[in-house]
Amino acid sequence: MNIPRHWRETPERYRLEAAKCRKCGKIAFPARLICPDCGHKEFEKINLSGKGKLLTYTIIRTAPEGFEDIAPYAVGIVEMEEGVSVMGQVTDCDPEELKTGDTLVTKFRRMSEEGKTGLIMYSYKFVPDIGV
Amino acid sequence: MVGIIGYGTQIPRYRIKVEEIAKVWGADAETLKRGLNLNEKSVPAPDEDCATLSVGAARNALVRAGIDPALIGAVYVGSESHPYAVKPTGTIVSEALGICPHVHTADLEFACKAGTEGMFIALYLVKSGVMTCALAIGADTSQGAPGDALEYSASAGAAAFIMGRENIIAELLDTHCYMTDTPDFWRRENAHYPEHSGRFTGEPAYKKHVFGAVNAILDKTGMKPEDFDYLIFHQPNGKFPVQAARQLGFTEAQYHYGLLTPVLGNTYSASSPLGFAATLDEADPDQLILLVSYGSGAGSDAFVFRTTERLLKNRDLAPKVRKQLDEHRKYLEYGVYAKFRGKILKPE
Ligand SMILES: [Zn+2]
Repeated sequence: MNIPRHWRETPERYRLEAAKCRKCGKIAFPARLICPDCGHKEFEKINLSGKGKLLTYTIIRTAPEGFEDIAPYAVGIVEMEEGVSVMGQVTDCDPEELKTGDTLVTKFRRMSEEGKTGLIMYSYKFVPDIGV
Repeated sequence: MVGIIGYGTQIPRYRIKVEEIAKVWGADAETLKRGLNLNEKSVPAPDEDCATLSVGAARNALVRAGIDPALIGAVYVGSESHPYAVKPTGTIVSEALGICPHVHTADLEFACKAGTEGMFIALYLVKSGVMTCALAIGADTSQGAPGDALEYSASAGAAAFIMGRENIIAELLDTHCYMTDTPDFWRRENAHYPEHSGRFTGEPAYKKHVFGAVNAILDKTGMKPEDFDYLIFHQPNGKFPVQAARQLGFTEAQYHYGLLTPVLGNTYSASSPLGFAATLDEADPDQLILLVSYGSGAGSDAFVFRTTERLLKNRDLAPKVRKQLDEHRKYLEYGVYAKFRGKILKPE
């Protein structure tokens, strides 16, 4: 990921910032300029709670460049408490032990780095909800 | 009145046992375990570092404090494993917590003492009235050179404290700092692992500064060791803090909750702060706690806190230290640990 894009996506990646439509209440994550449901253009800024249920997932065994060392790892789609679906890596677990329906929570983690001397990109990732 | 209004911690799930490391280097695990009073240590996941552990700990502290992050006027991150040599950890943490942009941040570094340095500054800034609240974090993902004695203990964790003047859970009564220039441990720029001069470890370093700070704060406050309900010393291993406590006239019941090294290792800047958090997890209201850090180079910060009634309802809002230490541990073999910690050389 390039640096300007990483910087632009800081609000959603660092603190799960979403936009709630002031007209119909639809929550968009990441935030949007126009409500996909009603076309309204005014939003309230909210932070997602970070808790959700695993809807579906896949296990990446042949990882793209920069992610080889952590394979195999899971990438899942999680239905958050607020009703929006969020895709993300599931970390801190054996991917073979995941089940759809598992409760996951987000943690702030390192996502990637531009080599050993480049920028470190941080983001939310999901972990199994073990109460910590 | 100034003190702590919320605290939080983050300890990685991964562990490695002393036996597993000893077996690789042909060392005798039983001798090491007895000598260091250490059984296992935490290991950060490959995607965890000082910044991520800081954010995890601080989020728990915010939940306990129940405040709007915007009230926090300063964020101090103490660590000797900041992710960058140049680029602040404090801004990453503040951005993730939603505290930016109206905030003062600084990254502190003083071997294992950087965490309490931040606490000291945060407490007095809030006391001075310059800001309503301030956040201090001690966090490390420290490394010992492969096969070195430090490899058995260098571990990872973070503890965060939010200071304020209202809704205090542990009131600050007094502090005392004790510093000298001591050549016991260092790491130069670009050096991957620290070096230590064996001769200066122990007596002229840890003991001199911890004793210096304890004796001075006892003098200053007119208190005696038996006046304290709890005691937390810096814990480079499980042996030094126990020896120091006994020689100074403290008892096992006083350091019991705060002594985490035997199952956690040395979390460096987070070491005594995590012990303090574990003690807050268990203390009753109106109890006196003595917290004394130690950082090589060298110095100790001593703090006297008194818990309040509010601690009881506040602390159940976030996970306690013991829960993170005792539940859902994942044990690593040395090979995976070496990979996690970047100890395996790969072609560029
Ligand atoms: Zn709408």
